[in-house]
Amino acid sequence: MIKRIELSQFSLNKQVWAYRKDKGVGVLLEIVMSPPLLGVGEEADQSNITLLASPASLDRNVCHNILELKEHNYMGLSNCSSVDSSTISTTSGGNNGCLNLKATELRLGLPGSQSPERDSEFSLLCSPNLDEKPLFPLHPSKDGNYLLSRKTVGSGNKRGFSDVMEGFAEGTFLVSSEVNVILSPRPSLNSVLKSVSVKENTGTQPPKTKEVISKNTAQEKPCTGSEIGADRVATANNNSNAPATKAQVVGWPPVRSFRKNTLASSSKNAEEVDGKAGPGAMFIKVSMAGAPYLRKVDLTSYSAYQELSSALEKMFSCFTIGQYGSHGAPGREMLSESKLKDLLHGSEYVLTYEDKEGDWMLVGDVPW
Amino acid sequence: MDSISKKTKDSPNSTDSPESTHPSSFPDEVLEGVLSLLSFNKDRSSVSLVCKDWYNAERWTRTKVFIGNCYSVSPEIVARRFPKIRSIILKGKPRFSDFNLVPENWGADIQSWLVVFARVYPFLEELRLKRMTVSDESLEFLAASFPGFKALSLSSCDGFSTDGLKAIATHCKNLIELDIQDNGMDDFGGGWLSCFPENFASLEVLNFASLNSEVNFDALERLVTRCKSLKVLRVNKGITLEQLQRLLMRAPQLMELGTGSFQQDLTPRQCAELESAFSNCKNLHTVSGLWEANSLNLPILYPACASLVFLNLIDATLQSGELAKLLAHCPNLRRLWVQDTVEDKGLEAVGSCCPLLEELRVFPADPFDPDILHGVTESGFVAVSRGCRRLRYVLYFCRQMTNAAVATIVQNCPDFTHFRLCIINPGQPDHLTNEPMDEAFGAVVKTCTKLQRLSVSGLLTDLTFEYIGKYAKNLETLSVAFAGSSDRGMQCVLGGCSKLRKLEIRDCPFGNAALLSGLEKYESMRSLWMSACNVTMNGCRLLAREMPWLNVEVMKDEESDDSHADKVYVYRSVAGPRRDAPPFVMTL
Repeated sequence: MIKRIELSQFSLNKQVWAYRKDKGVGVLLEIVMSPPLLGVGEEADQSNITLLASPASLDRNVCHNILELKEHNYMGLSNCSSVDSSTISTTSGGNNGCLNLKATELRLGLPGSQSPERDSEFSLLCSPNLDEKPLFPLHPSKDGNYLLSRKTVGSGNKRGFSDVMEGFAEGTFLVSSEVNVILSPRPSLNSVLKSVSVKENTGTQPPKTKEVISKNTAQEKPCTGSEIGADRVATANNNSNAPATKAQVVGWPPVRSFRKNTLASSSKNAEEVDGKAGPGAMFIKVSMAGAPYLRKVDLTSYSAYQELSSALEKMFSCFTIGQYGSHGAPGREMLSESKLKDLLHGSEYVLTYEDKEGDWMLVGDVPW
Repeated sequence: MDSISKKTKDSPNSTDSPESTHPSSFPDEVLEGVLSLLSFNKDRSSVSLVCKDWYNAERWTRTKVFIGNCYSVSPEIVARRFPKIRSIILKGKPRFSDFNLVPENWGADIQSWLVVFARVYPFLEELRLKRMTVSDESLEFLAASFPGFKALSLSSCDGFSTDGLKAIATHCKNLIELDIQDNGMDDFGGGWLSCFPENFASLEVLNFASLNSEVNFDALERLVTRCKSLKVLRVNKGITLEQLQRLLMRAPQLMELGTGSFQQDLTPRQCAELESAFSNCKNLHTVSGLWEANSLNLPILYPACASLVFLNLIDATLQSGELAKLLAHCPNLRRLWVQDTVEDKGLEAVGSCCPLLEELRVFPADPFDPDILHGVTESGFVAVSRGCRRLRYVLYFCRQMTNAAVATIVQNCPDFTHFRLCIINPGQPDHLTNEPMDEAFGAVVKTCTKLQRLSVSGLLTDLTFEYIGKYAKNLETLSVAFAGSSDRGMQCVLGGCSKLRKLEIRDCPFGNAALLSGLEKYESMRSLWMSACNVTMNGCRLLAREMPWLNVEVMKDEESDDSHADKVYVYRSVAGPRRDAPPFVMTL
């Protein structure tokens, strides 16, 4: 994006901080000297950039030089090409679903990588909304992940519907627009819990990038998205710094990563968690594979996994498949929109939950 | 020279040393006796510069050494100069490593130090480490090498686990202090606490609040019971209120308490018991922990509040009303740490209830969520400043601020020594006038002449740094992020702040000209950190060439171009370039 802004004085250093009033963010601008151009810039977005020159001159109306300013996005690049390309690959990956019903499209990918949303995301990327993210000269290797995680959904594990059916040894599932199904062969608990996920409500849940810890990925298609996953694994030391839901600057704000708020404490902030009955209650959705509707449970009314497990068993007893009961046992660190999977002890189901960072975790590791 | 042997005690009149040009006035033992009373290392440094006799006398009597940058000196040099050290404070990584700006395996490993210490200081008693890498093997080595070891404090360290703590608990028979704070450590369970032998009773300080795994409560209770001198106890959130009551009954002499979870549903009788336990603790002046504290349970604390001096509510997530009710009972509070869930209203209560307050830290409950609109604003800060005129240390995270508010604040509280303001959105201007925040920090440095530490934020031009260079004559530590317009900013600071010791900069448009303007200054500083600025490799090479006593280290990011110096760490050193630098650290 090239904007033309009049300055009365420019920085020798060619870079200056400015504040975009419309977007409410700070922007680092690189000043590129060029002869004054006729005509107005093409950019349709007439955003107001308040450009602050060196302190001595406050009179911005005096035009000594007309400079072109290239706005740098988070990667220090002056166009969004890199982001666009990864978007393109994601959407092309998503179209492998080949079901016409987007809402029920089955793909192998981590939750949050949802076809219906991707279309809207793609358009978002080309709109000025891209600039809503704070634009800083970030280090691409680390910070790229954070921005990309917002818009380029999912990772490499996307397969078409037919692939999914082949790779799935046991268990049955119903595909409905309201169910998140996790395919997870029981014997190998360490295998990645591939989710065939269908977005339930596109609006409320921002997409997250998930780490792909994949072992059984014989039929996996490589995708640029998996690089994001790999990068995220590589920068694991950064994970604790920020949930990758929005574009983040590494190490900002300067709060120590040890000092994370667990959901238990943040659950007191009633406005943050959906569907709360009252202060201190922590409701989460529980879904069982194949059940036509979900249930909500209040985590604070249980004190151990076992209690919760048996409570959910009663709740879902009407939906037993075959001779198995069903349980759901969420972990502590979750947003209320997370989907839970059922765990049947000794059965082919594996209990998982989605944590705050969007990773699918095996229930039981974290102390209640 | 350092290798001169100590004069023996049976020659009290041999005041002549081959090195002194005139006889010193005191016999050595007298001089040493006097100097051994000096406790502040700054005084000791001054003393050691007087003459060689005094230098020697000082080095023989020094028992505590503080090393602010572990790479500024080598363990051998320390061992050679100070033969009688019993207490060591060592700091390792640059401070920005707390915020993930320093890759893993950067260094600052304690092991090489321990090996030397084991040889030279077998009577080492205290080790306090900050931002060092400490392995379990090192902890085991420590436990085995120093029979008289008394105090271990680990803060922001990484590389160890509860297994290492087991070794400490098992083998350090004379342990007085075990202080584990906020480390990047692995928690494999609470069994380490049970490793303290049954006859071990010397503990005075125990802090395991940052460990998540539950410890065996019976073992803890027995430990607390037999350690009659226990003064500081900070438990983790696995300890319930009921258990806390029992601990308090065993240790009414406690001076500092970190509670466990404060969430339990209590019967009236349990409440009464807890209140009674708290009122029994006559020496309690510091309270922390209070996980999940709610308005039902907080009143338990009230009996202890009148004598509270430091209240750390970081883990408590209180709302404004809860805080107000609590603070009404704490008139003697000097230090308060809260989360911004208390909001401006809570801070108004601070202003009205705690006139003696000297330190306030307000942390963001949701630092990474840009959509959050609540938290604290400039009004809360102003409200505190109106009521707490003695404020000298503030750390304030907020999402909006104005120049006028800051001017008012420093007018109310001109005694600030530490002013750390973090406006969470980088580059954000005054939210009322849309101007840069230059005048805010200008007011701070003009009014607060005792200012030692400053962290700036918000939209800032070079004017801020002109002000800082011109007025902040006592400034020692400056942290800058997303600020400035040109090299001039950094040049002003380097040229003007004569006492500057630590300068850390990230994401600012400062380049080689700025870096090189501080050429001679860096030798009088502990360190300089510049990341994501406009410094190039050539600029760094030039600096390294001109200043041989500086270590100029560059860490490059994977995808940056070859000439850009992404992360620059410059520090003075008598030990020469690092010998243990990992591949991604280039010493120029």
